[in-house]
Amino acid sequence: MGSAKTYKYSFLLIGLVVATCAAIIVSSGMGYMQIPVTDIIQVLWANITGNTAVLETMDKAVPFVVMDVRLPRILTAALVGGGLAMSGVVYQGILLNPLADPYTLGVSSGAAFGASLALLANLVFPGFMSVSLFAFIGAVVTLFVVLHLSSFNGQISANTLILSGVIVGAILSAGISFIKYLADEQVAVIIFWLMGSFASRSWADVGIVAIAVVIGLMITLYYGRDLNIMSLGGRSADSLGVETARTRKILLVTASMVTAICVAVSGIIGFIGLIVPHLMRYIVGPDNRKLLPVSIFAGATLLLLADTVTRAVLPSEVPIGVLTALIGGPFFCVIFRRKQKRGNNV
Amino acid sequence: MYSLQNVSYAYGDTPALQDFSLSLDKGKFYGIVGPNGCGKSTFLDLLVGSKEPASGTLLFNEQPLSVYKKRELARQVALVPQNFSIGFDYSVEEVVLMGRHPYIHRFASPSLEDWDLVQQAMETIGIEHFAKRSIMELSGGEKQRVIVARALAQNTPVLLFDEATSNLDIQYSLQIFNRVRKLVKQEERTVIAVIHNLNFAAAYCDEIIFMKNGRVCKNGAADKVMNAESIAEVFGVESEVRFDSFSKTNQISYRYGEKMV
Repeated sequence: MGSAKTYKYSFLLIGLVVATCAAIIVSSGMGYMQIPVTDIIQVLWANITGNTAVLETMDKAVPFVVMDVRLPRILTAALVGGGLAMSGVVYQGILLNPLADPYTLGVSSGAAFGASLALLANLVFPGFMSVSLFAFIGAVVTLFVVLHLSSFNGQISANTLILSGVIVGAILSAGISFIKYLADEQVAVIIFWLMGSFASRSWADVGIVAIAVVIGLMITLYYGRDLNIMSLGGRSADSLGVETARTRKILLVTASMVTAICVAVSGIIGFIGLIVPHLMRYIVGPDNRKLLPVSIFAGATLLLLADTVTRAVLPSEVPIGVLTALIGGPFFCVIFRRKQKRGNNV
Repeated sequence: MYSLQNVSYAYGDTPALQDFSLSLDKGKFYGIVGPNGCGKSTFLDLLVGSKEPASGTLLFNEQPLSVYKKRELARQVALVPQNFSIGFDYSVEEVVLMGRHPYIHRFASPSLEDWDLVQQAMETIGIEHFAKRSIMELSGGEKQRVIVARALAQNTPVLLFDEATSNLDIQYSLQIFNRVRKLVKQEERTVIAVIHNLNFAAAYCDEIIFMKNGRVCKNGAADKVMNAESIAEVFGVESEVRFDSFSKTNQISYRYGEKMV
């Protein structure tokens, strides 16, 4: 049944994978030092095969710039984009709300609070605390507080989750404001972190986010069909043999962990987790098993392109979080209006 | 099928069901009637296993309901909920196919048999002509019929209806009741339906359970318990129950207007 649909889907998925790879290679060449695509492919090939002899003929700086400067940043950006888009799909599916995003449960506020705390401490004792680690801890603690607030008799309802997320987020925002106030003239450090950046990421960052995204994808795909059924509502899903309460918790924790790691590595980058699932749902339909893979690659391509624009195209670097919101916001308004119009015509 | 003994359930401190003792047999059409908020939906939730009794025993086919795995139970009992909303753009066919979820292995595709049952269910309810349309474009009544078809595709010996026809016009209400009645008669399925319209209950049910304040008030054969006293006791409404020669069943007429003192 629906083999034409399956073809169309495979085509889209392969197209997005190719687009992601192309974006990685092309953006590696862009920047202060322009490197031709052929050189980049040679460098990559040499590093994958371990045959570095071919690199002898090249300018010594080229392999260094590609492998140690640009690629870690580029891959981190792509992975974070994929991770945020994946979490967005899960959040929207569980909260039965197409407007939910990976930050709905206050994970971003928690991370921001943790990071601000660490940055403030670093102002007093430089290098004392790891900002990423604190951001991660802040995000995870917030997640569990929100989950605890919204559970009742082992059940979690979508509305109480959103509400708890908003409340906890508001409290943390006040906390962040206070930390900024304490930081006084040094407040810029905190503000810059909050706006997100991929500058000077390392291979360790790439590894951590890659592991998170791969494990996250495996878990969410495993529960993909259950997530579809859960869109009928908890009561119907229960009667169809889905362990709704348990599945909901597993998926929420998975998506939030992926988000927490992304945020810890890159700061707060909005809109990717909201728009990408939306856009992809528009194209491939609501089936989460199809939606997850395409969203990951679309998110990866999109965030990587945005990061390349701020890194290599714009005359000076605009914080990536600001850029995604500036591009994503209006774009989202357009989709939202179009959808509303379509809904009214029925 | 089901046997309940002193089953109770509470939401926090608010009791919803108290001392429920009943036995429900195979191949019968049960109607549950009672005022709003008397625990009818909670009762169905217990039967479908999405809530567990706080006390008492609830047996399904001679075994405690709690020993069944969710998936196993979903092949035995289907629920048509009272209201239904879906925020995502699934087609009608995809929603009906969700009824096959308990039969399809996690990573497998639906088999031909699954698609057959989906097609049959849609034909039974008469929605096959809008199989490809998006569920979000349908009216409330159309959605409700899709969700009935989904429960039929689940192909279970027990069907639970929670005011499943409350959104439907008279044509489709009768259609669904007629089809379901047929399933009970021909295939010995068991139907347990919360019904607000007492005339429907009198016409279609073998047995009727009157509920009030979380308790069973009266239960028994429809022609025995559906009478003016039961209705007055449970709903506080004056009525008359008599045999109607046109519908060939007992029908209820109510006294309209406020009672003069």
